[in-house]
Amino acid sequence: METQAPPALSPSWTASRVGGAALGEAMLWQANRAANGGLETGVVRFENVGLRYGLGPEVLRDLSFHIEPNSFQFLTGPSGAGKTSLLRLMFLSLKPTRGLISMFGKDVVTLRRDALSVLRRRIGIVFQDFRLLDHMTTYENVALPFRVMGKDEDSYRGEVVELLQWVGLGERMAALPPVLSGGEKQRAAIARAVIARPQLLLADEPTGNVDPGLAQRLLRLFIELNKSGTTVVIATHDIGLMDQYDARRLVLHEGRLHVYD
Amino acid sequence: MSDLRMDDETGTRPRMSGLLPRADTPIVPKNSIAGRALVAVIAIMTFLASLTTGAVMLIRASAAEWESDVAREITIQVRPVQGRDIEAELRRAAEIARAFPGVGEVRPYSKEESARLLEPWLGSGLTLDDLPVPRVIVVRIAPGATPDLAQLRRNLTEQVAGASLDDHRAWIDRMRAMARTSVIGGIGVLILMLAATMLSVAFATRGAMATNRAIVEVLHFIGAKNGFIAGQFQRHFLVLGLQGGLIGGGAAILLFAIAGAIGAWGSGTTGGDQLAALFGTFSIGIEGYVAVLVQIVVVAIVTALTSRRTVNRTLATVE
Repeated sequence: METQAPPALSPSWTASRVGGAALGEAMLWQANRAANGGLETGVVRFENVGLRYGLGPEVLRDLSFHIEPNSFQFLTGPSGAGKTSLLRLMFLSLKPTRGLISMFGKDVVTLRRDALSVLRRRIGIVFQDFRLLDHMTTYENVALPFRVMGKDEDSYRGEVVELLQWVGLGERMAALPPVLSGGEKQRAAIARAVIARPQLLLADEPTGNVDPGLAQRLLRLFIELNKSGTTVVIATHDIGLMDQYDARRLVLHEGRLHVYD
Repeated sequence: MSDLRMDDETGTRPRMSGLLPRADTPIVPKNSIAGRALVAVIAIMTFLASLTTGAVMLIRASAAEWESDVAREITIQVRPVQGRDIEAELRRAAEIARAFPGVGEVRPYSKEESARLLEPWLGSGLTLDDLPVPRVIVVRIAPGATPDLAQLRRNLTEQVAGASLDDHRAWIDRMRAMARTSVIGGIGVLILMLAATMLSVAFATRGAMATNRAIVEVLHFIGAKNGFIAGQFQRHFLVLGLQGGLIGGGAAILLFAIAGAIGAWGSGTTGGDQLAALFGTFSIGIEGYVAVLVQIVVVAIVTALTSRRTVNRTLATVE
């Protein structure tokens, strides 16, 4: 049962983002695109991508699509269609068995491990099962991306506190994940995914564990993040959720992708 | 992961109430059940390995002591010869020995002492005049000297009728072979023990790491470099390894120190002297303590490197 007040969608965090780093990132992206002779055609570019696990059949076949900067899309399809596999490919935790995947203009197959880690910092991911670290407070979980970057805490404390307040967890900063409700955990996971201002946000069934009211509020949160300059991909099979917002749909069916702009 | 010290009612960290939030919780939880079990395994294995090391060093030191004791002494035997005064021959042999360079102490056994030596076989009240029993002279070699025993043997046989010299070479060779066998056997046991220790530590570390897989994955997904993740775990497990090693090795050092003290306290008593004759002073010496300390460090390093390897393996499966 969700007891926390709905996320207070304070404009301050998004405003600071739009006014600051997001614009800078957008300009950087444009400059990068120009430097590549206009070849970079999106945040994500798949060309004839296929994926199989071991010697099994191909679970994803001939995927070719682009995801443009600052766009919003739902990734949908029946259970077992390969949504999570596709998200994992976009999140660089899987390599394709064939085809080309370009993230932010870089061919992921040719990148070294450390370069992949750096690239991964430009991507935020919200897991279906949250994956919060139980021994750390909500504040510490959300601050973790900055910590692994080796940043000084004084440089990010205010930002983390502000984001936690923005997602309605201002009073739960000292709470440990085991005592958070499902909705609070979901918001903490989202906050962790976006705290380092990723250019691309991937969410795997982010409303799968929450009631319809909270699902709607979380969707508004993603829309706000998108408006602040983040490219958003939400994997879901919740038709009701998709009907609430008119956005591009990437539909996976039997390993093939159909795009509905 | 049991590092959830918190207010039972609120599930929050008390230190954060009313203060600026701080991210000071270690990324790898400090007091996990698996971590404590690992410390216990490391402590027990280090203790056993240290005992084995100490025992091997004790055998080696005792064997060396026996050998040097025997090697420092030689015996001149003077057999009775028809028509010759054995007492005069004995004195003559003693004089030759005393005059020989490198000889420290020369002690001819008197008639009574020789009779006492034969008491276990021939009974008391024995008169040596009735029997052609050889007489002995115990010669101690001067400390640090290496006398030419072959020359001494020649001098004695040429100048004293019925004299022969026994430098205990056969005994020393046998003693040396026995000591060498004991030490090689001990080293074999020690190698097995160390291998068992390292394997136990490696497996226990992998077990403890399994509970931390979720942390490795989360760190990986939020963009931590592999070196950063491995470093976090390596540091944590190095501390666990040192803790376990210090407990086990420390207990072994304490045991050897107590045994040494008891040995020193019991010296002079019959039991104490028997033990000292067999095992020396029960002290493993500076070398032994250094060996135990080295073991502690090696065990800690093995623990840390195993954790690093496990992290890298986990990352390979995540990617």
